[in-house]
Amino acid sequence: MSHIPTKDEVCQPENMVYSRTCLLTDNALSYCPGCGHGTAHRLIMEVIEEMNLQADTIGVAPVGCSVLAYDFMNIDMQQAAHGRAPAVATGIKRLYPDKFVFTYQGDGDLAAIGTGETIHVCNRGENITVFFVNNGIYGMTGGQMAPTTLPGMKTATSPFGRDTETMGHPLKITELVAQLPGTYFVSRQAVHTPAHVRKAKKAIEKAIQYQKLNKGLSFVEIVSNCNSGWKMTPLESNKWMEENMFPYYPLGDIKVPK
Amino acid sequence: MKDIRLMKGNEAIAEGVIRAGCDGYFGYPITPQSEVLEYLMANKTKERTGMIVLQAESEIASIHMVYGGAGAGKRVMTSSSSPGISLMQEGISFMAGTELPCLLLNVVRGGPGLGTIQPSQSDYFQTVKGGGHGDYKLIVLAPASVQEMYDFAKLGFDLAFKHRIQVMVLSDGAIGQMMEKVELDEQIPRLTDAEIKVKFPWATTGKTPDRERNIITSLDLNPVKQEIININLQKKFKHIQETEVRFERIMCDDAEYLFVAYGSSARICQKAVLLGRERGIKVGLLRPITLFPFPTVELAKLAKQVKGMLSVEMSAGQMVEDVRLSVNGAVPVEHYGRLGGIMPAPDEVLNVLEENFIKEKKYEPHTN
Amino acid sequence: MTEEIIIAGFGGQGVLSMGKILAYSGMMQNKEVSWFPSYGPEMRGGTANVTVIISDERISSPILNKFDTAIILNQQSMDKFEDSVKKGGILIYDPNGITRHPNRTDINIYTIDASDEASKLGLAKVFNMFVLGGFLKLKPLIEPEYMRKGLEKSLPLRHHGMIPENEKAIEKGKEIIKAKYLVN
Repeated sequence: MSHIPTKDEVCQPENMVYSRTCLLTDNALSYCPGCGHGTAHRLIMEVIEEMNLQADTIGVAPVGCSVLAYDFMNIDMQQAAHGRAPAVATGIKRLYPDKFVFTYQGDGDLAAIGTGETIHVCNRGENITVFFVNNGIYGMTGGQMAPTTLPGMKTATSPFGRDTETMGHPLKITELVAQLPGTYFVSRQAVHTPAHVRKAKKAIEKAIQYQKLNKGLSFVEIVSNCNSGWKMTPLESNKWMEENMFPYYPLGDIKVPK
Repeated sequence: MKDIRLMKGNEAIAEGVIRAGCDGYFGYPITPQSEVLEYLMANKTKERTGMIVLQAESEIASIHMVYGGAGAGKRVMTSSSSPGISLMQEGISFMAGTELPCLLLNVVRGGPGLGTIQPSQSDYFQTVKGGGHGDYKLIVLAPASVQEMYDFAKLGFDLAFKHRIQVMVLSDGAIGQMMEKVELDEQIPRLTDAEIKVKFPWATTGKTPDRERNIITSLDLNPVKQEIININLQKKFKHIQETEVRFERIMCDDAEYLFVAYGSSARICQKAVLLGRERGIKVGLLRPITLFPFPTVELAKLAKQVKGMLSVEMSAGQMVEDVRLSVNGAVPVEHYGRLGGIMPAPDEVLNVLEENFIKEKKYEPHTN
Repeated sequence: MTEEIIIAGFGGQGVLSMGKILAYSGMMQNKEVSWFPSYGPEMRGGTANVTVIISDERISSPILNKFDTAIILNQQSMDKFEDSVKKGGILIYDPNGITRHPNRTDINIYTIDASDEASKLGLAKVFNMFVLGGFLKLKPLIEPEYMRKGLEKSLPLRHHGMIPENEKAIEKGKEIIKAKYLVN
């Protein structure tokens, strides 16, 4: 029988095919197993590391599941009030135009309570990057209806399904901001399969690159699952996302530089 | 030669912040303070000192832009008038929780609601007793002249950074809109980014290998830790109460009766003191310059000397509560105020003082 | 010396700017000054008034209800401010448009036909300077050289060409002010 290598023998630099970015801390992620936030965090941190931007980056985490993003991202960060991350980022970027400034916001934060800040940061064309994680629900507070909750979708505050007659329609805020002259690059991605992860990373790279080139605001939506909030297993939730979320929120670039 | 100008209060504080090396102003127009934003825009601050001025989409956005800039160690500010300040309370509370320094200006107008655009002092409770959620205090400076509007720009920033606290200049429509002589100082240069990184090691200026990452947050879900955070905040407020009290005594040395008033009411009372002296009444004025910290000790001292105090405010009686707490029953304290944007006249407040304490009418203790 | 003045009339009559020029000139002459306007919507077409104080000492209240001098340019202001002139004080008014003339007997009352004179001389734009001239005749608080400095400081640069007209109006105002009733 041939020799089975020990762990120490395997863990040699020449065998290295992948390692976690040093821009993620050692803190265990507090997101539910199966949630897309962890992957989204990793991609953004990887790109910042690869572009050697750690010393120039200031991130803004708002209220929602990502409220503790600063526990996991090894960069300078400010925690913003609910919905106000675009304003906070504006304050930072205007005073440090050479730094890389981004917000990382959920759907409730970006498309409900912070709609005004979102529209205006895009309309001013602030030279920042907005990462928008859309899972169609308020995860942190326990699965209430979000502005992006699909018609008929059951949540804690729409227990019989979202009735668009009385509860309004899911807000396609990404398409909305794409129409504003201040946005430069607007894209919608997902992170639930390796292929999607690769595409999402490319979009994140572009968004960061455009900020470095002072092109104005880049906006990257990541359609994600919320298996806890949707009350499904992770695999079920990914399938449900593909079948229900993607038709309403189709993936791909929405606005690309001419 | 001294640089002396005739300026509106709102213009004076705008000039004051430029000269105090302010890095950024974020604000939204509202009467009677729009001149602040207008003056800054007209003065091309970007070219003059590099100061950024941005008209935000709302007062809410303004205060959170201030939060972002302050969290990154910059000298930043906003200004508004009463309804706009109400909208900012969320951000102010967040800044209290994160101990971020900033300068705030409220050119108070009458309320509640949309109220009036005329001068008022009815935001004392909101400013001095909290405003937003949580246990916190602001340092509150109450200018009574256009010169003080100018001076408190620099003083406000200095105090804000000395204590890592939010400083509110609590003015009113009268001080904001009137013109007086102002003596201006030399320009103070803005700090460079490199200086900020050294002077404010807590600021989010980008994580470099020489330090851990900086995080600006008011969140701690562990109640034991959250209590410690709150206790430390309270220690800071206590220290400020002990070290930063400012007030002005006007003809207090031989006073038998005392006006207590701040801001434009103090100016009215100053005239009333002169009129009172003409009538042979030994009356003085204690003018709190800081409303937090309040001149509690000074008032307690004066309570041993005078026969009565009249707190004069353009409100239904807000500061009077702090005057009563300060004298703790040692001397009768009454309130006189006009509401809704009406300003009392000097002889009017003097007559009230006479009626309360000097004329035959016996003093009746307040019942509330 | 402390002179407490109210100037009141319609918005657009130059009430606030007259006060500003007076205050600026006083400041140039090294006096303490304050200028407190009525502000807000009432400025737009309604009544406007401004309290100006010029003093050798620190000014106490910029807000007053009794004045040494009231300068009144419309009927509403007459109704509002006639009673606020201190006993023995001065009331100056332009009779143009006044339907109820002042009737106090404990103050000195002067009239100035400023609007008539200004339009006669084609100087309607600087009507307010005629009135200011009339006031300065009675209360020569400001030396002419400081008036000029005050005009230079308070008028925007693009209007500096009009300073001679302003000065002419001030001089003319001094000539046309008339006593109507004097307390002994």
